[in-house]
Amino acid sequence: MSAGAATEARSAVRVGRLGVLRHRPVAIGLGALAALGVAIVAGVAFGNIAVPIGDTIGILASRLGWPVATSWPASTETIVVDLRLPRVLTAAVVGAGLAVAGTTFQGLLRNPLADPYVLGTASGAALGAAIAVLIPVSVAWLGFGLVHALAFSGALIAVAVVWRLARTTSLSSLTALLLTGYAVGSLLAAGLSVAMYASGAQLRQIIFYLLGGFSGASWPQLAAAAPLVVVGSVLILIRARSLNALLLGEETAANLGMNVRRERAILLSLAALVTAAAVAVSGLIGFVGLIVPHIVRLMVGPNARLVLPLSALVGAAFLTFADLIARIPGELPVGVVTAIVGAPFFIIILRRARAGYEV
Amino acid sequence: MVAPILPTLEPRLPNAEARAAPDVGHLRQDGFALRGVGLAYEQRTILDGLDLEIATGERVAILGPNGAGKSSLLRILTGHAPDRRGSVRLDGLPLEGYSREMLARVVAVVPGEVSLPFAASVEDVVALGRIPHEDPFRGLRDADRSAVTAAIERVGIGELVGRDARRLSLGERQLVVLAMALAQAPRVLVLDEPTVHLDLRHQVDVMELLVEINDRDGVGVIAVLHDLSLAAHFFPRLVLLDRGRIVADGAPGEVLSPERIRAVYGVDPALVRR
Repeated sequence: MSAGAATEARSAVRVGRLGVLRHRPVAIGLGALAALGVAIVAGVAFGNIAVPIGDTIGILASRLGWPVATSWPASTETIVVDLRLPRVLTAAVVGAGLAVAGTTFQGLLRNPLADPYVLGTASGAALGAAIAVLIPVSVAWLGFGLVHALAFSGALIAVAVVWRLARTTSLSSLTALLLTGYAVGSLLAAGLSVAMYASGAQLRQIIFYLLGGFSGASWPQLAAAAPLVVVGSVLILIRARSLNALLLGEETAANLGMNVRRERAILLSLAALVTAAAVAVSGLIGFVGLIVPHIVRLMVGPNARLVLPLSALVGAAFLTFADLIARIPGELPVGVVTAIVGAPFFIIILRRARAGYEV
Repeated sequence: MVAPILPTLEPRLPNAEARAAPDVGHLRQDGFALRGVGLAYEQRTILDGLDLEIATGERVAILGPNGAGKSSLLRILTGHAPDRRGSVRLDGLPLEGYSREMLARVVAVVPGEVSLPFAASVEDVVALGRIPHEDPFRGLRDADRSAVTAAIERVGIGELVGRDARRLSLGERQLVVLAMALAQAPRVLVLDEPTVHLDLRHQVDVMELLVEINDRDGVGVIAVLHDLSLAAHFFPRLVLLDRGRIVADGAPGEVLSPERIRAVYGVDPALVRR
């Protein structure tokens, strides 16, 4: 067979599945949105004083501006609006932020094991929170304490230090970032251990922060964290093209037109900001930022334009449900629930998908 | 039968500053023009005093023994060696005046070894080639999708669509990244040893495809090759490098003389069938 004929024969097979795949993300997005809606309503309805689902939906709808006839006592509205709603929405916002940050770090570092905490944010935030607990000054303003402020700053400072140190090594940039992140993280963890050792009676407060949770959620905290998470996530989303370009490595990304140094610095800063805002109000909640991006990629492939928004929705729904489950036996740390629910779920998905996917 | 290759793009002019750069003489205004190009890495000279012109639609193979500076030359052409000496112009304008995105619309590089951190379907990978053209906010539009489809058909990998690119054979993977580079709608295709892991059949397939892309679609091809026979058979112009210098440049018959093969490679020229 002549070479020309061979080429013709090979070209004869038409592209057939592109069209089918294009509609799935919409269905998945709608499914995730519905799950988030159910999670929010269930999260608001459930608690020590159960609020009927009908009243819950009615109160939420009236707050959203729908004309609904009031058929519930004012005390119910107080429970829903002042206590439950900020908590549920904080869980949703933190879940979305951690999932977006996880997607970003995994794409930037080209490492499926990366999560929002990989470059020292977790230990930075934890050390910040521990120091805040140990400082014998009580600063509180609108529900913010020193813990939130120092956890937020600690996370950002840790990433900045990792970034700065990694630039001066002779290793390849990605290896340098990962190893420096690990080294700085270990150093900060040692600092945390010292702080915990010295904390005495306040140890419980530090552990409470480390385990993560939403029991302290309030409207002012949500109002501070949500804009950072939302704006940061949107800014990451409009740079999805850069995350896509990195799929085949930094050199190929440059050949595809990406200014690698600049885009990496921008994306890393945004992901660190989103993570810092999330950990400042919720403490350290593991697993969401690691597994949600993988679950979404399993469904829609690696295109960051789809993975980022879908991860945000799935992460929000997942963490809202996790918080709901955490409240059932009393007040379990959410991080425990995300691990107990998330790990087996993730393993099942990986086993099912082994034919087409490997982490 | 063969899909028409992607819409050619208007050449985009780099910024005014670059255009105002001093004229370097009677260099050609299309394609690459290198003058006095050198590169050193930690005191070691890798390339020295290179003068080279490659017109846009040419098909050129770059040859030479290991360490001769072939890959470094490609890195210079693709803007990855900012510390080089000398002048490199593309379409009459200094390479420094191009942003990465502008360069990516003219020159596509077929990566040698690629690794994917996540599962990606073949069409996901080919679609990456549209990155320099796609809308930064909205992503792929219909024109981009048809360019992806056209590139897939051009390379003849329609039957691989939907498969995980990480589970393909080396030969198939090579075709996928070639399709990605074609989806980029470049005027010049740059390849670093595109046949290195392939068996004879796939080597010939890739070479024939490159010839076809060059002849029929007018896309320039600049390839680093190890196999002298393949290069001589499929490329009308060979550039032979040795120890960082160009020692011969011309038609295969002139470049690959027995004496030169003995001098440059240090082997019996009878081992190379031409």
